[in-house]
Amino acid sequence: MQHLPILPVLLPLVVAIVLLRKREGVDPVRRTISITATSVLVIVSALLVGQVAGGDTLVYRLGNWQAPYGIVLVADRLSAMMVLLTALLALGSVIHASGGEDNQGSNFHGLFNLQLMGINGAFLTGDLFNLFVFFEVLLLASYALLMHGGGKARVQSGLHYVVLNLAGSSLFLIALGVLYGSIGTLNMADMAERVSQLPADRQGLVRAGALLLLVVFGLKSAILPLYFWLPRAYSSAPAPIAALFAIMTKVGIYAIFRVFTLIFGEQAAGLSLLAQPWLWWGGLATLALAMVAILAARDLRMQISYFMLISIGTLLCGLGMEGTASRGAMLFYMLHTTLINGGLFLLADLIADQRGKVGTRIVRSRKFKYATLLSALYMLGAMASAGLPPLSGAVAKAWLMSTATLSEGLWLWPLLLLSGLAGVVAASRAGSTIFWRHSNGERVGEHLSRAKLIGTVVLLSAAPLLVVLAGPVGNYTQATAEQIANTVEYRSAVLGEVTSVTPGASTHAD
Amino acid sequence: MEALYAITTGILTASGVYLTLRGRTFPVVVGLTLLSYAVNLFLFSMGGLTTHGAALVGTSEHYADPLPQALVLTAIVIGFAMTAFAIILAMRSRGDLGSDSVDGSRTDREDPRENKA
Repeated sequence: MQHLPILPVLLPLVVAIVLLRKREGVDPVRRTISITATSVLVIVSALLVGQVAGGDTLVYRLGNWQAPYGIVLVADRLSAMMVLLTALLALGSVIHASGGEDNQGSNFHGLFNLQLMGINGAFLTGDLFNLFVFFEVLLLASYALLMHGGGKARVQSGLHYVVLNLAGSSLFLIALGVLYGSIGTLNMADMAERVSQLPADRQGLVRAGALLLLVVFGLKSAILPLYFWLPRAYSSAPAPIAALFAIMTKVGIYAIFRVFTLIFGEQAAGLSLLAQPWLWWGGLATLALAMVAILAARDLRMQISYFMLISIGTLLCGLGMEGTASRGAMLFYMLHTTLINGGLFLLADLIADQRGKVGTRIVRSRKFKYATLLSALYMLGAMASAGLPPLSGAVAKAWLMSTATLSEGLWLWPLLLLSGLAGVVAASRAGSTIFWRHSNGERVGEHLSRAKLIGTVVLLSAAPLLVVLAGPVGNYTQATAEQIANTVEYRSAVLGEVTSVTPGASTHAD
Repeated sequence: MEALYAITTGILTASGVYLTLRGRTFPVVVGLTLLSYAVNLFLFSMGGLTTHGAALVGTSEHYADPLPQALVLTAIVIGFAMTAFAIILAMRSRGDLGSDSVDGSRTDREDPRENKA
């Protein structure tokens, strides 16, 4: 139990090494290993959530080095929740992938597990440089997975994705350099400690470093001027990968949330809440633009990508709002949107399988098999995404809107409701074209892969389940928001007793 | 020394940014490489520049900050792997898309396949 916080990182790593040993082909054994490992990951993360749900913050010191010097993994309510969310999403994706998608290229399951390792590590680490390393791990795996199976569209969008993220990594390192040079540490708890007593002449540098970090995380989470890579990359990626990528943007959101509440939060003298206005206005602008774009989408996958951007805009607004109540609502919305968006990507693949050459384009096609089942699933996912009651989207959006103050509500309410309307219009048009407008002729389509269907249903079942369990889940996210707001708890868990000045490697200061 | 170091880093960054913004994949990859060199130099200097000081605490009064050296080593390894990947990807996209333009457009005037057509 003592080693629980590192298991979500270690388990995928070991499984990946085992699975990468043979390169070509996919056999039932490897699928079984991969699905079993992901199921175990769900259990491990659920145990982790159980451990921290009471409010404890678990700190795992790697190599037993003391905190500001060694690297620590920190599992609090937020980290544990994100790790569990990743595991659930991965379970749906990997079951779906076993329906045949993993056979399109080499090494699917190994890379998939490496990506899980990177994502889990990014959620659990308590060190900013270690966060960079885990970002690179998940990015390298994602580069390969994005191009799994090959094809022109994937290579083209993959090139943009890789170049943008390489430039982003450079910016990340520059930001880390600036912050280390001016603060003297990269341990997040220690940084929080020192930023609160920063001499005034260093504040300019730290501000620059912090805002550079915001740009980097904004690129990952696809905030307005930095999102243009997302729709093409996600809509051309293989379905199980696109579904897993639903959590990748949330890694960016998580990093913004963690860094800009813990380090540059309310207690940071002179630098407090410096990201707030950027997040709020950037979130609103993302919401507005994605709302227009979703109406213009002519392909089902593209439409789902814009559903995702709407949700990112909403999440950023939730981060930009004042008060811990809106954070609780934001986290609940994050759980809902990650699972549903992932499920929709998987469903789009099921639909494409049946329609043959037409794929996911929103045009008239021949009649196809299983149209009733698929249309019911599509309606479920689209209603949840757009936020229609009685599904989870409505609960999450209503909660978020109820936490807005009057001046915030003036902006948030119309934009959020209009984006819901745009989603309904776009989804009903796409649904009626795909499922009802047919040219004459026999029904076409292949046999429905059971694995693909199970994977999709696992993720889409979040829509009703999150409504049924809204009480306990909502309490948990609310408690998470309160824990995050109280940064002293995190700092004292990592550093022991919170002292005024921690001795450390600050030799550069002389 | 600080001025020379800063100017070198600055020139590398400027060249890297300029090349990254070009329209062909080859200059973009070279630009990213230059950018990563600049970043490595910058990271190395973030603990302050110390001459004639080993990165060993306790052996003498005068020592260099060991952390940036450890960090820059990690950054170099990661940057190297990423550059290798970007080169392969650029070649793959040249082969698959028939053009070395970053957005894969075929209307490129210097594209040899266009001349044949």
